[in-house]
Amino acid sequence: MTAVADSRGGRSVAAPSRPKGRTFNVKTMPGFAVMAWFCVVALYTPIAVLVAYSFNDNNAAVIWTQFSIRWYGIALHDDEIRDAALLSLRVAFIASLFATTFATMAAIATTRVPNYRGLTFIYAVINQPLMVPEIVTGIATIVFFGLIRQATGIYGIGYLITAHVVFCIPFAYLPIRARLEDMDRTYETAAADLYATPWKAFRHVTFPLLVPGILGGAMLAFLVSLDDVVISVLVAGPGETTLPLYVVSQIKRGITPELNAMATMFLCASVILATTFFLLTRRKAR
Amino acid sequence: MRFQDGAELTGLPAVEAKNVTKTFGAGPDAVVALDNVSVTIGQNEFFTLLGPSGCGKTTLLRLIAGFEMPTAGSILLEGQEVAHLPPFKRPVNTVFQSYALFPHLTVAQNIGFGLKMLGRRRAVVEEAVTQMLKLVRMEPMRNRKVHQLSGGQQQRVALARALAPHPKVLLLDEPLSALDLKLRKEMQIELKRLQLETGITFIFVTHDQEEALTMSDRIAVMSRGKILQIGTAAEIYEHPVDRFVADFIGETNFIEAEVTQRIGNKGEIRLPSGIEVPRELGHQVAVGGKVTLAIRPERIDLVRPGAECQLAGKVENIVYFGTDTHFHIDLDCGGDVTVRVQNRRGHQDILKTGDAVGLRIAPEAMQVLKD
Amino acid sequence: MATETAETPPAPPPVSAVPGAPDGAMSGASAAAAEIERRATLKRWLLSAPALIVIIGCGMMPLLIILAYSWTKPAEYAGVIWKFQPDAWVNVLFQEDIFSDALSPNWAYYSIYLRSVLIALQTTVLALIVGFPTAYFIATREERSRNAWLFLITIPFWSNLLIRIYAIMMIIRDEGYLNHALLALGLIDQPVPIIFTNYALSYGLIYAYLPLMVMPLYASLEKLDFRLVEAGYDLYASRWKVLWHVIVPLVKPGIVSGSILVFIPAIGDYIIAQILGGGNRMMLGNLIAQQFGTARNWPQGSALALTLMAVVMVALVVYATKTQRRRAA
Repeated sequence: MTAVADSRGGRSVAAPSRPKGRTFNVKTMPGFAVMAWFCVVALYTPIAVLVAYSFNDNNAAVIWTQFSIRWYGIALHDDEIRDAALLSLRVAFIASLFATTFATMAAIATTRVPNYRGLTFIYAVINQPLMVPEIVTGIATIVFFGLIRQATGIYGIGYLITAHVVFCIPFAYLPIRARLEDMDRTYETAAADLYATPWKAFRHVTFPLLVPGILGGAMLAFLVSLDDVVISVLVAGPGETTLPLYVVSQIKRGITPELNAMATMFLCASVILATTFFLLTRRKAR
Repeated sequence: MRFQDGAELTGLPAVEAKNVTKTFGAGPDAVVALDNVSVTIGQNEFFTLLGPSGCGKTTLLRLIAGFEMPTAGSILLEGQEVAHLPPFKRPVNTVFQSYALFPHLTVAQNIGFGLKMLGRRRAVVEEAVTQMLKLVRMEPMRNRKVHQLSGGQQQRVALARALAPHPKVLLLDEPLSALDLKLRKEMQIELKRLQLETGITFIFVTHDQEEALTMSDRIAVMSRGKILQIGTAAEIYEHPVDRFVADFIGETNFIEAEVTQRIGNKGEIRLPSGIEVPRELGHQVAVGGKVTLAIRPERIDLVRPGAECQLAGKVENIVYFGTDTHFHIDLDCGGDVTVRVQNRRGHQDILKTGDAVGLRIAPEAMQVLKD
Repeated sequence: MATETAETPPAPPPVSAVPGAPDGAMSGASAAAAEIERRATLKRWLLSAPALIVIIGCGMMPLLIILAYSWTKPAEYAGVIWKFQPDAWVNVLFQEDIFSDALSPNWAYYSIYLRSVLIALQTTVLALIVGFPTAYFIATREERSRNAWLFLITIPFWSNLLIRIYAIMMIIRDEGYLNHALLALGLIDQPVPIIFTNYALSYGLIYAYLPLMVMPLYASLEKLDFRLVEAGYDLYASRWKVLWHVIVPLVKPGIVSGSILVFIPAIGDYIIAQILGGGNRMMLGNLIAQQFGTARNWPQGSALALTLMAVVMVALVVYATKTQRRRAA
């Protein structure tokens, strides 16, 4: 049972003979691996089915006839779908632009700073949209905007965009804050030591290093806006049909195969955006 | 105030701290990092702040750089009060312990950063960068990114970056602590050379007393927010003012003695062995009072018992160090002492454990310490 | 490389209310430091201002308005009549007999509250049962495959919720893929009604929010010191005992986090209940929406919405105190 190591680095005698069968691993728990795989399968099956059937040639969405991509063609040419998609993109783009800008400013003001009067307040306010259920925010917003419409007579997509900006801000804020916290303060100190005024230090040191976080925040805000259902359902006015709203109305009207195709494309877009976000904000090994 | 070669200070001091106090926090949890500290550093000096962790040396450095403001007192650069100035308005540059090289910039861009921030023309910046690269011998690395460099290379870039704007004062915050021993020794020589070549005042912070002794023109020994002693390496080593300094620098033996006579500054002290020795005394000690003596191990000679000596004892332990041998001696009068004897004639086996010896110490080697 | 001493300053000493006012204890240098700190604070407030204005203006103000609305009378079609009427709040718990004015428990609403809470709890528990082993498994993988697993679990979460629920709907509805397959295989004669049941709703909710359970659990499990688990085995505990007595207590923060993160959206759900639950399985979210839709009772909707928010706030406070206590301990 002894392992003798030759002082000249030679080979050692073999380790004690093991009993046949599995060795005891502290970390494994019975059945957990199965559950994990089950989880992944269960998560992806509906998506997989959806994607698979979007290539179904048949009119009746359920019975499989043959592989075809014609529904994609139809979906892409459908005016309603195209309008909804463009509107979603427009709203998401503008909302995430504002949200990311505001969130970046707020992140700089609230991260890596010694506690000052009101810091907790600011932080609480920024996270507030995450803490209220969407239905509550939604109805409160309709009421509020209704009052403003009455008072000012202004209509338009601005209301929907503003509602999106509100819940996009915390989503943009969190990755930016995380990135900022990871940043060593010494860089700005070194910049100041080398004659950079606070603004120059921000422009030449902080900002370039912050860019991945900002992009990540923008991506997340964009994604969240694109995906939003509840608030859009309530706040959107007539004609302001975003893509999720289109899907909701279609579900009520009746399932069509091109809806499957469109849903799959939408899904792909989400996945691509989410993957980009994941890669952008991956914590670098230090 | 004199320098190592005895030259008088001419012109304005490069840096002067006057009664500087720095307190962090308030109330019962307040930490006094610097307690009424004053120091004057001359032009073209290699000045070292030496002390253990938490003694305040880095705080003092940061006050000079401008990253903190003093709670009380003033900081002067060439006679001008700067305590209220932000760091980007002070002609002072820092080499950080962590180097803090900008990861998104190349070596050249890092080095040129200071001049760029000052608004110099691109041609001027390029020229300075080239010069600096040559000075620290990093020319081939010009366009590399920081993460591609080794620790020693990063160190040199940090140095070049801080020197490029040709500041009045260069602050170095334990810049060599991350390097391995061999590299460290090389960099010590390098730094000394740079200081002499550029003529810039260097203020160096370290806890390594050997580093301080070998590189500095003058050293300030600090502990717990106070400066205990300022002087050249020799002054601090041979004439430490108090127990902390004596203990912190090199090895010391401490012997208690009693004052038996006193006329003005001169007096006689009685060693525990009964022998009386004439020494200079400071003001505080009265006749009959106790003083502590600091005696360096290499200043003690071992003689035959019975020969003229100041202390006597038995050899307790002998440790051979190659270049010299340490003898731990149990004194007859109580206590123990370490004696260092250089092995000039190689390893000699004359003494053995248990042998009786006499210790001869010249009176000048007995440093009377402040309490 | 950390700097040698942790000499970063904590909170600056309190600044006198009037800037520049004489304060005997402070020296000139200290007053200048206070002034700089004051200006820095002002700058930070200005930077946060746009975000604050948008969120307070369009996020928090509306809540105050519906609070006001909840005390008013419903108008004919939409909106309210600005007269004080506490009926909405009374109706949250009680209903008035039209004839006798006597108050009796509002059973109709109670069943909705109960369903919402029960389904939310059920969702949380099931998410825990499925999510815990999953998170554990991922946390015990090698470095490389770990990232791949995390990626796999997280991506569905970021893809559109509506589409995913739609996919489920496509599968489980009467004319859906599942029933079609079962019929084709001859296993059943008639379509099995799965959609519009409590099961469908539950499944939809778990499907939607499972990643929210897995992530915090994973975060906790990743930090688990397996040497403690080894100690458990060493002291004669079986696998299940170790799980229950060693691992679970150690990852309690993750369990609490995950549970809260699933419970809150589950109880406030509106869209999943609508699609998978149909009109019958109303959750509180649907009830609230109805008040602003067909029922045309805005004050009622406001009161119910605020009640929901109160429940969520309570849950959040419980969560916050639990985590704070842990940090203090």
